[in-house]
Amino acid sequence: MSDILQETFREELQELLADLEGGLLKLEESPSDSESVNRVFRALHTIKGSGALAGFDRLAGFTHHVEALFEDVRSGSIEVSSVLIDLTLQAQDTIQALAADEDSVSQQDIASLVEHLGGLQVDIIDAVVSEEETARDDMPATVGSHSTFWVRFRPPVDVFERGLDPANLVRELTRMGDARVSAGYDAPASFEDFEPTACHVVWNILLTTAQSTIDIQDLFIFVEDESELGIELLDDSGRLNLEQAWQAWLPLFEAGKKPTAEDVNSIIAQNDEPVPEHNGPERRSMTPDRRQAATDRRQESGSGDDAARVAASVRVRSERLDKLVDLIGELVTVQARLKQVSTTISDVDLERISEEVEQLTWELRDEVLSIRMVPIGSTFNRFARQVRDLARELGKDVQLLTSGGDTELDKTVIERLSDPVLHLLRNAIDHGLELPEQRSAAGKPVKGSIRLSAFQSGASVLVEVRDDGRGLNYDWIRERAEEKGMLQPGEDFNQVGVWELISSAGFSTSEAITSISGRGVGLDVVRKAIEDLRGTVEVESSSGEGTCFRVKLPLTLAIIDGLLVRIGRERFVMPLAQVEEIIEQNRTDVERQHGRDLLHIRDEIVPYLHLRREFGINGRIPDIEQVIIANLDGFRLGFAVDEVIGEHQTVIKSLGRMYRDIPGLSGATVLGDGSLALILDLPALMRLEESRSRQDGNLVPVTTQTFS
Amino acid sequence: MNNRILVVDDSATVRQSVSMALDRAGYPNQQAVDGQDALEKLSTESFGMIITDINMPNLDGFGLIQRARKMDKTQYIPILVLTTESSDEVKSRGKAAGATGWIVKPFKANQLLKVVKMVLG
Repeated sequence: MSDILQETFREELQELLADLEGGLLKLEESPSDSESVNRVFRALHTIKGSGALAGFDRLAGFTHHVEALFEDVRSGSIEVSSVLIDLTLQAQDTIQALAADEDSVSQQDIASLVEHLGGLQVDIIDAVVSEEETARDDMPATVGSHSTFWVRFRPPVDVFERGLDPANLVRELTRMGDARVSAGYDAPASFEDFEPTACHVVWNILLTTAQSTIDIQDLFIFVEDESELGIELLDDSGRLNLEQAWQAWLPLFEAGKKPTAEDVNSIIAQNDEPVPEHNGPERRSMTPDRRQAATDRRQESGSGDDAARVAASVRVRSERLDKLVDLIGELVTVQARLKQVSTTISDVDLERISEEVEQLTWELRDEVLSIRMVPIGSTFNRFARQVRDLARELGKDVQLLTSGGDTELDKTVIERLSDPVLHLLRNAIDHGLELPEQRSAAGKPVKGSIRLSAFQSGASVLVEVRDDGRGLNYDWIRERAEEKGMLQPGEDFNQVGVWELISSAGFSTSEAITSISGRGVGLDVVRKAIEDLRGTVEVESSSGEGTCFRVKLPLTLAIIDGLLVRIGRERFVMPLAQVEEIIEQNRTDVERQHGRDLLHIRDEIVPYLHLRREFGINGRIPDIEQVIIANLDGFRLGFAVDEVIGEHQTVIKSLGRMYRDIPGLSGATVLGDGSLALILDLPALMRLEESRSRQDGNLVPVTTQTFS
Repeated sequence: MNNRILVVDDSATVRQSVSMALDRAGYPNQQAVDGQDALEKLSTESFGMIITDINMPNLDGFGLIQRARKMDKTQYIPILVLTTESSDEVKSRGKAAGATGWIVKPFKANQLLKVVKMVLG
């Protein structure tokens, strides 16, 4: 069996198992939910069927037993119990193992699990995969002397409406041996009754073949109920001359009359020599050209499997996609250089080519990046089981609610997101949610809930883990932060700051962490993982009501649309998605308040930063500065630069270790002339600015408003 | 005559195995993951035949057949149903919707090709 098919099945199996598991967990919650029973059954059914198709016979055979069990659940003869769920979850793991390697599970293990499963059934059904259809296919065709049949076939009047061309069936029939065909037209009585799409043809076929009545009947299987079909064996001696019989009997056939035994004998007597045993009798086909075409087609396919595959979808390994993205990155960089050079040379032809290359590069980039987008839902499903197991282990009653599973993100982002999100979930179960008795004492529902949701917001995707537990212990955090010197006594921390505190390395102590989330990883690992994805985390919490960790991620990792700016001789890139507008600012208009630069934009005051000062760049500040207004999660903040150069497709390169810890920078990119530009991390710059204002003790609230 | 076949099934394994069988016999083919996806492909591309599963998300096989029978391009093309159960109920519902015929899963490649050849001529 083909490796491709097995690989396809393994991939599909992950979704099916996730679905199975989802159904089982739902069933555990509400055992009478028939929709979940159906879901489990369907998943098992598809696993069995697809597994068999892909050649996983042991897997299919084993799954069959589980499916049979759920058939009984469906019919109501077995009740849903925790034993059933546990066994089926075990079976799920076995299926998984069998798919990875059919020999990895011993026959005893399978037999014992099957026995356990069977124990649940009222009467053990020794079921066998339905082979009815395949058995018939395997049955050797009746080999013997040639028989001659008269086949009379009047298809249903509406046969065309069901997409069937009865002439095709007749043609197939003629290929079964030597045949003569007559088609009569059985017209309606009056012209008024005539319908152009109705079929009024009656066929009479005389066929000499080695095949049986059943084989002939099989051809008409799709229409036999509605058709008039007569199959009459006229002779099985093999001595009938077909041509002579046809000439003699056509009038009989057209009148619907069967030739008698005497008629048959008289034809045989006319020419008493047997029809030679033939492998390829000369067949008179209705349309020889069509048959020729079919033969050609078969020959073509023999030599060119690949050619036929062209239209089908193609699976590729994800490393090849990664490679493609790398190459696109290189292409974008080279294209930028081409553009630069063509501008310098100012040759009209070259410029035109350069523009076309630019356009194509953009399209190619978007196309390639979109191939990599996958829904986050499959990752969500994986968590359901882990949450369940963990909750059991910790003696907590938890339900996981998910939403937004169809939100799409770059494949790499999703893969690398799985661990940190799982950690946040563990954290929520372990620290967030209270024990059942504590919950009921606090007047909350005994079952704690964790909501895992994803949704897109602009060029970002937000993933939230929200629990309805006890909320963060701000007093403890304050104490701990002051102890570590991260917070001055009495200093206020806003909620953005809370994440900074609790996710700093070594902030948690073993005292606060139990065996589960304390397995060597703390929130600092989550923070590192999310920041590596160029994401940010926000925490919202209120005492007694729960905590929400909101992870904000870019849609893609590799290439962003940037705004290229210049300060002195340095160039920087800002993510275009965060840029809202650009304002020209005359230095004489500058207003400073409480040590902050402020800008009046349409009756609104917006603070802004001098990036020149921020990065310690020397030189003269131009009289007219450009201020880029960025919208950062609803806050507006300006960034003053010398010049705005323009949009730039930015291929992100990570910074070396030396630069990695400089706040405000998130990466670097290569420009068209081969020089480097640094990519600005605007949220980090904003945080820097805010903490500074706080230290000055002059916090001017940044204006919040909704933007369209 | 157009002998390009659209294979509609939400199971990638089934799609792939049907597609591989068709490839081997030289029938060009395309895959769709559910009824909705199939309708989109039918509206932009041209096919001489459809092989479809019944139980699918978004739009099931019956729905797909009904819609396809209302489209000019696919009004008269053969539509085969891939069913897991060959119950009379499925057959008669399929016929009512306008299905040409059925293939019972799990099927063998030869069986499938026999039916395809029979219907497509």
